[in-house]
Amino acid sequence: MTLTDKEVDYLKYKLEREPSAIELEMIGAQWSEHCSYKSSKKYIRLLPTIGPRVVTGLANDIAILDVGDGYVVTVHIESHNHPSAVEPYGGAATGVGGIIRDIISIGSRPIAILDSLRFAPIAVEDKSKVKSKWLFKNVVRGIAEYGNCIGIPTVGGEVEFDPCFEDYCLVDVASIGVARREQVIANKVDNDDLVILAGGPTGRDGIHGASFASAVLEGENRSAVQIPDPFLEKLLVEATVEATERGCIKAIKDLGGGGLSCCLSEASDNLKKGFDVELTKVHLKHNDMSPAEIMISESQERMLYITDNSKVQTIRSIFNKYDITHATIGKVIDSQHVVIRFHGKVVAALPSHLFAHAPLLDREIEKPEYLSKLKKFFDIQQDNNINEILFQLLSNPSIANKKWVYQQYDHEVGLRTVLKPGCGDACVLRIGNGKFISVKLDGNSKHCYLDPYQGTLGILSEACRNVICTGAQPIGIVDHLQFGNPNDPGIFWTFVQAVNAVADFCKYMDIPVVGGKVSFYNETAKGAIKPSPVIGSLGLVEKQSSIIDLSLKPNDFIFIIGSTSDEMGGSEYYESYHRISGGNVPKLDLSVDKLNSKAVFQLISKNLVNCVHDCSKGGLAVAVSEMAIAGNVGLDMNLDFVPNSCSRLDNLLFSESQSRYIIGTKRPSKVQKILSEFKELSFARIGRAAGSNQRVKFIDKNMGLVVDTHIKKLSESSKALERIMTN
Amino acid sequence: MQSSIFDRKAPKIGVVVFPGSNCDRDVHYVLNNILKVDADLVWHKKNKIAHYDAIIIPGGFTYGDRLRAGLIAAHSPIIGEIKKMANDGVPILGICNGFQILVESCLLPGALIKNNSLNFVCRWTTVQVHNNKTPFTIRFSKNQKVSIPIAHGEGRYMVDTAVLGHLEKKNQIVLRYVDDNPNGSMNLVAAICNEEGNVMGMMPHPERASESILCPTKSNTSAISIFHSLISYLLNEQ
Repeated sequence: MTLTDKEVDYLKYKLEREPSAIELEMIGAQWSEHCSYKSSKKYIRLLPTIGPRVVTGLANDIAILDVGDGYVVTVHIESHNHPSAVEPYGGAATGVGGIIRDIISIGSRPIAILDSLRFAPIAVEDKSKVKSKWLFKNVVRGIAEYGNCIGIPTVGGEVEFDPCFEDYCLVDVASIGVARREQVIANKVDNDDLVILAGGPTGRDGIHGASFASAVLEGENRSAVQIPDPFLEKLLVEATVEATERGCIKAIKDLGGGGLSCCLSEASDNLKKGFDVELTKVHLKHNDMSPAEIMISESQERMLYITDNSKVQTIRSIFNKYDITHATIGKVIDSQHVVIRFHGKVVAALPSHLFAHAPLLDREIEKPEYLSKLKKFFDIQQDNNINEILFQLLSNPSIANKKWVYQQYDHEVGLRTVLKPGCGDACVLRIGNGKFISVKLDGNSKHCYLDPYQGTLGILSEACRNVICTGAQPIGIVDHLQFGNPNDPGIFWTFVQAVNAVADFCKYMDIPVVGGKVSFYNETAKGAIKPSPVIGSLGLVEKQSSIIDLSLKPNDFIFIIGSTSDEMGGSEYYESYHRISGGNVPKLDLSVDKLNSKAVFQLISKNLVNCVHDCSKGGLAVAVSEMAIAGNVGLDMNLDFVPNSCSRLDNLLFSESQSRYIIGTKRPSKVQKILSEFKELSFARIGRAAGSNQRVKFIDKNMGLVVDTHIKKLSESSKALERIMTN
Repeated sequence: MQSSIFDRKAPKIGVVVFPGSNCDRDVHYVLNNILKVDADLVWHKKNKIAHYDAIIIPGGFTYGDRLRAGLIAAHSPIIGEIKKMANDGVPILGICNGFQILVESCLLPGALIKNNSLNFVCRWTTVQVHNNKTPFTIRFSKNQKVSIPIAHGEGRYMVDTAVLGHLEKKNQIVLRYVDDNPNGSMNLVAAICNEEGNVMGMMPHPERASESILCPTKSNTSAISIFHSLISYLLNEQ
């Protein structure tokens, strides 16, 4: 039991009696940080959640975005960090299961999964440090086997490696759903409606899972990790979609963290009704489970449906068709209480508002000491072996080609994947109305460690840039904020900085935050993780001709939009090549960011570009190389033309300054003319793709040919991840 | 007397749905919306399917691939009906998990085991048409190269060498991978048919390559001819 003395006192005061042992277990799960957001809620409320397309805001589990023609899109993000660090295969797989149930709980069909993964470095000489490779391999397998089996394509994401994730990992999973607007479940219920629990049996797996996730990872609490059954999930998806289409669901809620207990309390509070539930009706894995165990079990693949007498036969026939075990476990009552019976006897009766709302905490906030100790300047000798640095960065697993990951995922089932993984800066999926959505997840723990505010702004900008590069306009953001123990005022300060960045960016850009999650206690005996917000961006592409990939085409003229500065802090060049952490992280100028995006979007809308790529991890040199590799075409780039304020050449090539785009076009004069019309826009024509020649050359006035290599060599370097994982 | 094309009854195709089928709606969509041919989704418990002119068993993870891919579905009552239809010469096409089911049902010889990489693999590849006389390949030219995606964990075709020799001799290896063996299949097998040619199993997914918008830039868009072939065959057969 994880309630503090203060919380128990508050509970007694509100209840005006002693809570029973089972009530304490139920409240303990619901008031865990994981379920209650008791530390973060005050700050999360600062985020802008409304916009012309938003149908529902953060108040419900799921936000709905109107994409026109009667279609809505839903999006949700979750993490499964603690379970994945203990049991990577099952932890990651059940993470996918949880997010899918969130999407079906709105009445929408899930159409895509994305994953954002963080591990300690996998290419280590020290054989005792192979755990991260094992974690990575099994997390990917867990996501793949679950997603593939349920027939929902896993279409995108990102992977970052950093030493702060030693013995740990971050596994964030997002899912997108599409529905006709009229199919969205109304979630309105009446007295005496029936409460049906369907899906897997309730067992002892995942007991105290929410509490496990709300404390520092100290031991390997395997009983808190749930067991995945993707086949059952697939049946639940099909049955729920069929029941939605036949109009027999009045309200629906998935069972996730905190199990039946959290499900009932949150549903009761949202629906403004109560429940009277008999636990002996619940279908169990083990016959001797206590009422408390039944209430807080986090066994997977379970859903709660509310229907009425006129529709109960239909919904039962649907469950029977799919051989899904189900039982009517109770009914809706007028009084807003969750009443739990065991063999008829009331064992818990809690007012749902009290139950669903933990008393919020006022956490201490203090700028952490480590920030003032970071080195601001480094006296590094300029390394003139640019060729070698470029090869090393391209083979850095955080930057290298992610084929080894996404080819294990069925990313095409559903016939929606138009721009496939590896082909563009984001994945583009078609929806039913002739339009397309573009989706991407991004993070950057290295930048966020050095400057949580600027780092988070940078991630937001990168996530939006990535969908813009594919021809989309961002219409919504989801944020997943992951930090260490919130009791540490320094860690909590980094959290507040990140929330402020999300609020500032989204208000300025006028993009609503349509979902999110906060995850604290991401630490092991070796310490807390670096602040690791992950941002998901969702964009809308109006017409097929706007969809752009990143591959350079033969004879394309290459332009850069945006300026490069000496902002080397947290760059892969500093962190992985020089192995230093410190310096100034790239600073985002919101107005410049908006201007540059607008310019690029205009070029795309006028069909003037052949390819667009965002310039981020590894800087200009890496971005241009990636475009050449994708197009299998050589190029010449003249570095003298690149707009910059850099003091040296290695900075110019490897700085991760924000708001930069690289484009390829066959209409250079037209592009030049349009870009010139934007006042104060930094841009330049910097090179040209070859016709059939496959040599890649970067030329500098003073230093001559700083890169001169063959496209095949660059391409080989970028296959490093595959080499490491199949070795 | 030969009837004109307008007199012919429009063919009707059944797409079998098992618990865990994933590509059922995709195949159904391509048949109805792209090829404009009448196709129904048929739940596996339905046993009256004899009125369909052809049957397609789509991809997926029937019964969660428990025990072995395709094994449990192969024991579903509908398979008995499909066997009867196969005997009567009705075209039966198994795609991906559908191929695994046909093998487990003994409608096709051999086995599909775990890929030699031990990983699931989803990517585009190229296959070559070696037999263009089956109901699923008559609209291809012999040796035509076809871009098509694969997505499977257990697609490595294995069979004893005697049977393999027989398959080669009888021209039952319909499609082979070209310059690529994505799963370690013997003799680069991507699709085989029975001796009569009316039952074919293939690991690649033609339904995912039936619209140019879904085909990568450098690929060709000829995989849809698998379905065009079937429809031509059904129209001419009557």
